[in-house]
Amino acid sequence: MREMREKYRKYVFKKIFLGITLILSLFLLSLLALAMGDYSLSVNDVITTLLGGGNRYQQLVIWNIRLPRILAAVIAGASLSMAGAVMQCVLRNPLASPFTMGVSHGAMFGACLAIVVFGLETGGPYLITFSAFLGALVCIIAVLTLAKIKNLTPEAMVLSGVALSSLFTAGTMLIQYFSDELELAAMVYWTFGDLGRASWNDIFIMFLILLISSIYFLWKRWDYNALEAGEEVAKSLGVDIEGTRLLSMLLSSLLTAVNVAFLGIIGFIGLISPHIVRILVGGDYRFLIPLSSLFGSVLLLSADILSRILIAPVVLPVGILTSFLGTPMFLYLLLRMYSGR
Amino acid sequence: MKLSIRGVTFSYGSREVLKDVSFEVQEGEVFSILGVNGSGKSTLLKCISKVLTPKKGTILINNFDIKEMDSSQLPRYVGYVPQKSNGTYMTVFDTLLLGRKPYIKWEASERDIEIVYKVLKLLGLEEYMWRYTKELSGGELQKVVIGRALVQEPEVLLLDEPTNNLDIKNQLEVMEVIRSISKSEGITSVLVMHDLNLALRYSDKFALLKDGKIYAVGGREIITPENIRSVYGIHVYIEHVKGYPVIVPVI
Repeated sequence: MREMREKYRKYVFKKIFLGITLILSLFLLSLLALAMGDYSLSVNDVITTLLGGGNRYQQLVIWNIRLPRILAAVIAGASLSMAGAVMQCVLRNPLASPFTMGVSHGAMFGACLAIVVFGLETGGPYLITFSAFLGALVCIIAVLTLAKIKNLTPEAMVLSGVALSSLFTAGTMLIQYFSDELELAAMVYWTFGDLGRASWNDIFIMFLILLISSIYFLWKRWDYNALEAGEEVAKSLGVDIEGTRLLSMLLSSLLTAVNVAFLGIIGFIGLISPHIVRILVGGDYRFLIPLSSLFGSVLLLSADILSRILIAPVVLPVGILTSFLGTPMFLYLLLRMYSGR
Repeated sequence: MKLSIRGVTFSYGSREVLKDVSFEVQEGEVFSILGVNGSGKSTLLKCISKVLTPKKGTILINNFDIKEMDSSQLPRYVGYVPQKSNGTYMTVFDTLLLGRKPYIKWEASERDIEIVYKVLKLLGLEEYMWRYTKELSGGELQKVVIGRALVQEPEVLLLDEPTNNLDIKNQLEVMEVIRSISKSEGITSVLVMHDLNLALRYSDKFALLKDGKIYAVGGREIITPENIRSVYGIHVYIEHVKGYPVIVPVI
């Protein structure tokens, strides 16, 4: 029996080891991201400035530009991945993610609507953000209400997400067709997910929602494991499936909505991180939830670093890069799931 | 009385699937529910495990109404193995550990790990312990899901077609395990079976279900060519080969 306990400890340690590796990578990547750029800094300068030293320019670059950007990447990566992992579980569909459920498209529609209706001058960033958030919320509520009233199966929920994405995209295009050049430019700019957009306030709100959601998701981790074994098994193990699904969907959509509203659309992170972690350490949600989040942070931060150096000094919006990265993965998953086995 | 089903009625919408079903099962008994497809067998198991809620009637375990039990209480008494299980990215160990969910407050205790290990050994699954269940064969996966129900330390074990999709060796192995743990641990096993010969060989008692109603309940004496004709609509002979009763259909 002692031998068994030892084996179990080793088994768990393997997963914890991945966690430690991810945290270390995140730390090193952050240092790198703080140091590199047009105004190049040494690691020493970075550390001195973080501890309150450094000259005015160094402080400005670190505290006002690079640190918020890095924190936005870490928090958004974690939020989107956690939302993806939970959606994939409660909807029993490996292709469910914040991006594929239409939440991002709802936000995009909201933002475009605000740009046209309120105009760029009076609108201001907060009104656009708020409108984007409302758009995302409308999309979630539509899917959840349909699910509740018509007693939709999880598969149908995913499909209704796809349908709504399409509807919101059509709406966005209609708005774009009738807007002038300046508005159009603002809309297109907004659509690119960009980590440089977040202020300290935004970051604080994103962090708060991430914190609250992670507490709920971690509390429900055994229920998610049970759901993984199938709905009937979960029910026979005493899981309140409807309640868990509703609240999990609501929180993961809220996570997405907040992120999209502040940063724009950053696709595919929420889809791919949980899958990669699942392949690495298995589908046990006790570990999948925290590890997917860490992995998502590492992935988004790496993508952001890449977007800054790829054609420097031009900084590419990170959303473009994640979509380039995500599409092949999405196709790979599709092929793996649906090719005639 | 371990398990007592009294007047259970269930309907999907307006279609009545179970009509006033009543029977009783004693401790340590292996009880098979038999009947044609769609006769309500699986629905009955789902009602006992509270996956579905009957419209009318009571289900008692140890004379205690399952309606009164809360969501974490019932799984300590009843382990349920559904008809179809899919492999996932969960290891065999984690899948079994899930069966301890009704007992786990925040994290698995040493006792939980011990019980999982005991069941792994009992079912001969130790060598697959760290494999993902999606990498297992049908027979191995079936043993794993039975194992998950066993680590719940249930008093009543419900198995929906446990020998489905298994080769003959695995069928016998699974039935052997079910029978032996029922006898050694005093677990009451209720099985939905399609293979009449396996049911006959391993069960103590039977219920014949026809159109959602109990046609007959009892020991081997109710498995007669007449009853089978009436329930399944086929003619059979019941022969004895090396002491085992064998049902031979005649076309």
